[in-house]
Amino acid sequence: MDTSSAGIQEPFDLIRLSLNERVFVKLRGDRELTGVLHAYDGHMNLIMSAVEETIMIVDPAEGGQGSVNYVKRKMDMLFVRGDGVILVSPPSRT
Amino acid sequence: MLIFSVFKTLTDQTVIVELKNDLLITGVLKSVDQFLNIRLDNIQVSDEARHPHMIAVKNCFIRGSVVRYVQIPADAVDTQLLEDATRREALNQTKR
Repeated sequence: MDTSSAGIQEPFDLIRLSLNERVFVKLRGDRELTGVLHAYDGHMNLIMSAVEETIMIVDPAEGGQGSVNYVKRKMDMLFVRGDGVILVSPPSRT
Repeated sequence: MLIFSVFKTLTDQTVIVELKNDLLITGVLKSVDQFLNIRLDNIQVSDEARHPHMIAVKNCFIRGSVVRYVQIPADAVDTQLLEDATRREALNQTKR
């Protein structure tokens, strides 16, 4: 397979082209991260910097729709274990 | 293998390991293996009131699969080097 061309042949190529860019990561347990991607491997273990984590906590209210609380947290340099990753989304190019 | 190498370079650094049960453990990284099992020395649990059984524990072995995050010191990693190594490994994976 010709891997020298910059095109996308397989799913991981999309992540490779997001290196050193701000990415959005959705995790198990209603967690989301945005941060600059520096490394990944086949397990989708990630190393990111300048990470902001958002945890969604749903508060089910009686007889109505519940409220959603967001807890935000910032971290400098973070390793994320791949088994918790649901999706990695490249930066939006406008 | 790449991430394993990164962790090997981080030995003797202070890290914060967050487990899937929300336990946060700060400690000095003593060793790591290919499964990303981690051995920590001189540990401190962030919320001791909530985890009183952990106060007496001074060092521990953490099974890699229960880790959610590891917060590492930002100045201990060369991000440019990391990205190059990641691209190189990605290339090797697709060639196989």
